[in-house]
Amino acid sequence: MFELLGIAPQALFGQLLLGLINGAFYAMLSLGLAVIFGMLNVINFTHGAQYMMGAFAAWLLLGLLDVPFWASLVIAPIIVGLFGIVLEKLMLKRIYHLDHLYGFLLTFGLALVIEGLFQWKWGSSGAPYPNPIPGGYNLGFMFLPTYRGFVVVAALVICLATWYGIERTKLGAYLRAATENPTLVRAFGINVPRLITLTYGLGVALAALAGVLAAPIQQVSALMGVNLVLVVFAVVVIGGMGSIMGSIVTGFGLGLVEGLTKVFYPPASNTVIFVVMALVLLIKPAGLFGQTK
Amino acid sequence: MNAQRLLIAVLAIVALAAPWFAYPVFLMTALCFALFACAFNLLLGYVGLMSFGHAMFFGTAGYFFGHVVKAWDMPPELGLLAGVGGAALVGLVTGALAIRRQGIYFAMITLAFAQMIYFFCVQAPFTHGEDGLQGIPRKALLGGLIPTKDDRVLYYVVLAIFVFGYCAIYRIIHSPFGQVLKAIRDNEQRAQSLGYEADRYKLLAFVLSAALAGLAGSTKAMVLQFATLTDVSAAMSGEVVLMALVGGLGTIVGPVVGAFIIITMQNYLAATGEFVLVIQGAIFVVIVLAFRKGVVGELTEWWKRRQAR
Repeated sequence: MFELLGIAPQALFGQLLLGLINGAFYAMLSLGLAVIFGMLNVINFTHGAQYMMGAFAAWLLLGLLDVPFWASLVIAPIIVGLFGIVLEKLMLKRIYHLDHLYGFLLTFGLALVIEGLFQWKWGSSGAPYPNPIPGGYNLGFMFLPTYRGFVVVAALVICLATWYGIERTKLGAYLRAATENPTLVRAFGINVPRLITLTYGLGVALAALAGVLAAPIQQVSALMGVNLVLVVFAVVVIGGMGSIMGSIVTGFGLGLVEGLTKVFYPPASNTVIFVVMALVLLIKPAGLFGQTK
Repeated sequence: MNAQRLLIAVLAIVALAAPWFAYPVFLMTALCFALFACAFNLLLGYVGLMSFGHAMFFGTAGYFFGHVVKAWDMPPELGLLAGVGGAALVGLVTGALAIRRQGIYFAMITLAFAQMIYFFCVQAPFTHGEDGLQGIPRKALLGGLIPTKDDRVLYYVVLAIFVFGYCAIYRIIHSPFGQVLKAIRDNEQRAQSLGYEADRYKLLAFVLSAALAGLAGSTKAMVLQFATLTDVSAAMSGEVVLMALVGGLGTIVGPVVGAFIIITMQNYLAATGEFVLVIQGAIFVVIVLAFRKGVVGELTEWWKRRQAR
């Protein structure tokens, strides 16, 4: 058995896979945050709660209606996305003209309400979600559980699809134009408020989709998104919210960095992303992919 | 002007008589949070910087106080000094980095740094992790002159600390330095073009706010005799934002009112468990949507309208 810098390859590649999976979630969530911020000028603090709602939706669909995982993958994001649209119509819409910080505070409050209610109804200890594709492959240097491999590939596909949708389609072009200059786009006869609502719904659905994917790996619990959303904020600061591809690369990259830290210096694994954030602020304050204004 | 003096006199009497009518420990906790909220509001209300990580100063100051007084067996005055100094140092490092970004990014960065400090406190040996730093002895102040075992005596000490902190903030806001801060809040480019180096002013305000939050945090540790992870958590950072928001951002009395409202509410709702968070969240939503000026702001507005009639 060969060893790398005194670390067994199983441990190294195992942690790298874990890092890649975490990175997949960072990428999906920071992508949604960036899309929402671009359009609504709101940092969606509810993102973690909506991720949790996605996982819960899948869990409830399975428990109550016997809906299989693959169907939940579509249904749960639609349900949570619709919930997001209702939130936008009822509340977020009223604060666009205010300072950014009010959107931050409003969505923070909403996250407290949602997470508190779920905690009250289902408690804070998690519920397991059965693995839809058990088993795995022995790759020689490590064991790859099939589902985990699937999550990484699925997250990549989702991220690239989002990138394609925004950068290469007509609707995406409207979206980018409306981000740039809403008044002008509106003058061309495009319904910008509806576009905004739709964007929020899509961003929220993306968070929920990440939640469904996370359900079989993590315990489904009311507080599963609380700490995650804070890490994702750091990811967003590191990457800068200017570019979609930037969010994806930063998300996966930081997951890997975290995985490597777990191998070489475990006590710092919780804080390494924040340290990277501090370094990026020192060297390139606008973020790795952000435009300096 | 006379009405204002009368109001201050009445408030002073109420504050001095309070421990004979209400539970002193509750009053002291509320005063600590009031000072904490004022420190936060100094930054948001007068410099326009929203820190969403102020718990990192409040909480770590508690640990500094506890460690100095308990593990090093030093007098509480040095503990308070260590709390304030430690918080100011944390503020200097995080602030220097955070002010490199503006607006909502600033909030996210401070939040992230606070989370980093939280994780650090979870693992560091001197914080005793989940158990917290318990049983910090209440020692007499001023070399034995003021016995603090009696809650009422300690109350007056805490009141004095609060008044000191509050006056310091009042002084900062009404000084030439404070004027520059407000100018930066209202128009950073213009202040810069007039020759004020905005970043240096912002950093100094951030450090001052951190130090005052540290004073509040170490005083709280002195009163309750423990320092826990709750005080460093993101939830605590959110709570202080809520206090300032409920009372009224940018008003000097608002945060005090807000802190008393929230602490009283928590006192009554403690038994309902998760619902404290739900209600706090709901208050956030209602205030942002309907009462952005907060209690004090709305009252002042109402009073002005009445006067005008």
